[in-house]
Amino acid sequence: MALFEVSRLSAPGLSDISFSLAAGELVCLSGPSGSGKTLLMRALADLDASSGQVCLSGTERQQIVPTQWRRQVGFLPAESRWWASLVGDHFTDQQVALERLGFEEEVREWQVERLSSGERQRLALARLLANQPLVLLLDEPTANLDPLSTQKVEQLVLDYLAENQAACLWVTHDSAQRERIAARSLQLVDGRLHEAVPA
Amino acid sequence: MIQLSNFDLSLAALLVLALALSARRMYPGLAGQLVVAALRTVIQLTLIGLVLKALFANAGLLWVALLSLVMLGIAGREVMARQHRRFVGAWSYGIGVVSMFVSSFTVALFALIVVVGNEPWYQPQYAIPLLGMLLGNTMNGIALALDRLTQSAWEQRGVIEARLMLGHSTQQAMSDIRQQVFRSGLIPIINAMAAAGVVSLPGMMTGQILAGAEPVEAVKYQILIMFLITGGAGFGTMAAVHLAVRRLFDERQRLRLDRLKRSN
Repeated sequence: MALFEVSRLSAPGLSDISFSLAAGELVCLSGPSGSGKTLLMRALADLDASSGQVCLSGTERQQIVPTQWRRQVGFLPAESRWWASLVGDHFTDQQVALERLGFEEEVREWQVERLSSGERQRLALARLLANQPLVLLLDEPTANLDPLSTQKVEQLVLDYLAENQAACLWVTHDSAQRERIAARSLQLVDGRLHEAVPA
Repeated sequence: MIQLSNFDLSLAALLVLALALSARRMYPGLAGQLVVAALRTVIQLTLIGLVLKALFANAGLLWVALLSLVMLGIAGREVMARQHRRFVGAWSYGIGVVSMFVSSFTVALFALIVVVGNEPWYQPQYAIPLLGMLLGNTMNGIALALDRLTQSAWEQRGVIEARLMLGHSTQQAMSDIRQQVFRSGLIPIINAMAAAGVVSLPGMMTGQILAGAEPVEAVKYQILIMFLITGGAGFGTMAAVHLAVRRLFDERQRLRLDRLKRSN
């Protein structure tokens, strides 16, 4: 049984999408802009209404309360948002991911508005991982990062998937990155999903 | 009490007219609005004066209730008209009317039956002005709060959804906005209480004193009214914010900005 199973999902801008992710698997998603990648991520995180079936570990989405669903199916949008002025106010006690991403404990005292875009991006990922999600939906998580930070993020996500038997759908336009991290990729064109042929 | 003639009133009207004329150049459009608003005041107040006169002569519960409902209906329309982004369908009207009904009518009944204790309790000399003051202030509070709420939800959509994505409940995701919104609804009445007597003499008390009432008695009435207004406006705003927040999300706790539309 797949960890995350999507069948016949449809929503405005998305038609009849089916795919599944196995435990520990990372799948890349690509597609031209406007093809519906973000819409798909939003629909999977249940931020927008959609029809069809989405199951996590065999349980249908409707059976899981929304807050619990979004903790387990964690969506990292391309642009992170912050509601308090200190970084630490966005975290509970989990610090593991913070250290792994190269942040010290004092990062909690940092002002959000003084973060660089790369720091924001990595902290947003750490904030998401603190929930211990089973499925990660990452929308271009390394778009603002230099090569070294990109490598750190890739390694962190791969380690996380292996340790927690979690799965990940990773949006990227970078074919080199795709080859580095994923064995399988999907392509979205005009709201329809295709299995991409390995290059 | 010194009787006012129509000539006295037209002297005061000259003041408004003078303002409209001098504002005409610098603030075109505003002068017209000023004149229209002044005319509305004259017509509406004259009409309500006649209605009250007839009502006082014939103090049936049915008539009092009918006038109250008309006032409520108009206040509901006013709340709706003041929203920059309002709920689609009957909701924008319904939320305002239900919240005002629950708070203003309950507080008015409480005041009439328990505090004032007239016989009969619905005597229009007391019931209508009391309800009018309650409704007016509650309407302001609710209109301010709802406008702020829908505007904030629209502008801070990214933050609200970021919190939902992290598994926060709608209550958690809205907590900061809710606080600001409730505050903005209550600020006018808090300010009015804080400044009462020191900076300004409240309108009702001023009216009673001008009409020859004993100042200490007028003060008592004013305090009563201010507390009632605070309760009515506060609970009304609370109810309206509660209903509106619920309407902003669906059963899967998704933010539903499609339930709002921009008014011109």
